[in-house]
Amino acid sequence: MKSLLGWLDHRTGYRDLLRKALVESIPGGAKWRYVWGSALTFAIAVQFVTGIILWAAYSPNAQGAWESVYYIENVMAGGWMLRGIHHYMAHATMILLVLHLMQVVVAGAYKAPREVNFWFGIVLLHIVLGLSLTGYLLPWDQKGYWATKVATSIASITPVVGPALQKVLVGGADYGHLTLTRFFALHAGVLPGALIALIAGHVYLFRRHGVTAGQPRETEHATQSEGAEEDGQDGPASHPPRPRDGWFWPDQALRDAVACLAVMAAVLYLVIRTGGAPLGAPADAAEPYAAARPEWYFMFLFQWLKYFPAGTEVIGAIVIPGLVVTLITLMPFAGRWRLGHRFNLGLTGGVLSGVALLTWLAYAQDRADPDFVFAQTHAEAEAERAVELAGAGGGIPASGALALLRSDPFTQGPRLFAERCASCHTYDGHDGMGRPLPEPQTAAELKRFASREWLEGLLDPERVATSEYFGGTEFARGRMVRMVQSRVAGFTHEEQADLAQVIKAVSAQAALPYQAEADEADRAEILEGTALISSASVGCTECHEFQDVVERPLGPTLTGFGSEEWLTAFIRDASHPRFYGDRNDRMPAFGPEEILSDEEIRLLVAWLREDWYRSGEEEGGPR
Amino acid sequence: MSSHPPRPPEEQSAGPGGHARRGFLAGAGAIAAAGLALLAPVWSGLRVVFDPLRRASSDPALVPVARLAAIPADGVPRKFRVTADRIDAWNTQRNMPVGAVYLRRTEDSLQAFNVICPHAGCFVNLAADRSRFVCPCHKSSFDLEGTVDDPASPSPRDMDTLDVEIRDGDQIWVRFQNFLPGRADKTPVA
Repeated sequence: MKSLLGWLDHRTGYRDLLRKALVESIPGGAKWRYVWGSALTFAIAVQFVTGIILWAAYSPNAQGAWESVYYIENVMAGGWMLRGIHHYMAHATMILLVLHLMQVVVAGAYKAPREVNFWFGIVLLHIVLGLSLTGYLLPWDQKGYWATKVATSIASITPVVGPALQKVLVGGADYGHLTLTRFFALHAGVLPGALIALIAGHVYLFRRHGVTAGQPRETEHATQSEGAEEDGQDGPASHPPRPRDGWFWPDQALRDAVACLAVMAAVLYLVIRTGGAPLGAPADAAEPYAAARPEWYFMFLFQWLKYFPAGTEVIGAIVIPGLVVTLITLMPFAGRWRLGHRFNLGLTGGVLSGVALLTWLAYAQDRADPDFVFAQTHAEAEAERAVELAGAGGGIPASGALALLRSDPFTQGPRLFAERCASCHTYDGHDGMGRPLPEPQTAAELKRFASREWLEGLLDPERVATSEYFGGTEFARGRMVRMVQSRVAGFTHEEQADLAQVIKAVSAQAALPYQAEADEADRAEILEGTALISSASVGCTECHEFQDVVERPLGPTLTGFGSEEWLTAFIRDASHPRFYGDRNDRMPAFGPEEILSDEEIRLLVAWLREDWYRSGEEEGGPR
Repeated sequence: MSSHPPRPPEEQSAGPGGHARRGFLAGAGAIAAAGLALLAPVWSGLRVVFDPLRRASSDPALVPVARLAAIPADGVPRKFRVTADRIDAWNTQRNMPVGAVYLRRTEDSLQAFNVICPHAGCFVNLAADRSRFVCPCHKSSFDLEGTVDDPASPSPRDMDTLDVEIRDGDQIWVRFQNFLPGRADKTPVA
């Protein structure tokens, strides 16, 4: 073994390299406050490793990006943890970078001869911000899509080159495949390449300047490659350190390694606590996303933009941030003046407190905004649903997860109801999406329409004329209401029992999926009830047709009442003679007038009947 | 940095004539050859990077969005998604959602607004009481006519109106297009 290593050293000189890498004397000894650079290098190294593995499963195209991230997150073993580490380590990198920078400023380590290295650090900060910005879009979920749209919009207001810059970044006029391929090339190629080059230069310059004894406090220290640290079994060379000085290896290396471990522990804590990185619903250009917010370290900029009224956006988004960065870049020169260092400290403190204040304001305003809170809750529910649907058929169809969401009654029903029905109807007291109606309802409450409970309410003398049923319509003074209020109110005990059976029978006509068990259990009663529908005692068929029996058709047919076919035909045209005929109040003919497409009516009908995919059910297929 | 690397021996010993000139020529030649070798990849690379600039999107056609009957003439805007055939790089996609519009009808007018905020590109909401438009991002706000209604609003212009036409009596067609955000003038994204 020893001779083998000797041979290797003869051919490569690796011992010398290791010695140079590890044997760095640290004046004043190893210090805990020197760990930031190493922790930062560690965080970036973790991003490289996790990023490349994620890359091996990621597909940058508009119909496959969300799907591949879903697959990593929900199907591949360990995927959620890997993606979670990549996500939270990005946050950790940002924090470590700012801490590192703060320490450099406090210690005055930006002064001569270290100006160039300070600038390298500033560029590194921008590269890391760029990595974060480009990475945010890659999952192609609603959040990343809409938040990044804001970022590229800001790029477009750059004077002169703005529109061209935006188009080159986006890869065309609209977001699409090329937006993803370009952002991915930046995120996984251009920016990491630049990052490696700059870190190499940063470390080289640091080692060149060394930790001079004249420098009162040195904040940086060797941030050598991980390889050197891991393979450093051969130990340091034998030059004894000066009194009170320490060696990088192993004194400082131990502290550094503990710091890296602490960073990893914090990241893992977040990953496990939150269940990994979030994945929203797939991006949709036609669907509003009111919860579009950038990652937390960009929130200050987001808030900042609110304060720039029309015509001054360029100043807010480009000029002032540019000036601040310029001032920070000039710190090494400012530092030459007598009060320069104090000025720099003040500048750093001022910028950081401003950022903190804006960030706090942004979150405080969002928390206090009920629309935002609603949008966020809604977005989370939709994200969950997208994942549920994606896992439904053993695989996502090639048309993509968005197509699944668009043909999902559970997702689209509430939206369609809110937009097209909730000007008159309620659903469980709200507009379908959970918001109150802006005006009082004028037509029936439709939650669980045609269910036993719904029919019981309709036939309840106390309730039939309330706004829950016919109260707001012309039928409030119609025959049905009068019949319920006079005749049903006077029903004998026996007649009431008949009515209960009739309700079960009519409701069974709907064949509601959620009532299937009850319908099955009460088969005998339903049979009796079906016979009673046309009986004289209950008398439905005086006005309603049922299985071709009717005296004088005035109300909607009860044959198949509430079934998929019945409801579809009713929504299409309630004025059809089968239903209200010319007695129809205000229900539009959604079908013939093409207010709703056939697909939209299908979605509404399925949603009202709660006929949608549930992951827990048998027919869900293999998962 | 004040130290210079040692000069190559031949240069140090060279007289004022031949050697220095030869060295210069060799250096210039090296740079020229390397530059020439890189020319093709750099040139073709730049062309690919900037290729999107050469692709002007064709003039947007009118697309059918809704029936007149779907919009009561009460001045309350209603939101409709716009689907159109779209070419996304190597794919042609039929009936893709490309955006959304608010349609607003009064007794004597019909307006179409692109839902995208002219400030920074977010999706503008109709306020809960349906009295105005509010952008959920930076709080730009507009009245129902799409006009900026708050001097502090960050939006540099009113909401973007779109050409709208009624064909066959009751079919609403809209010329759907997006406009560059963040500027006072309404310039189509091309």
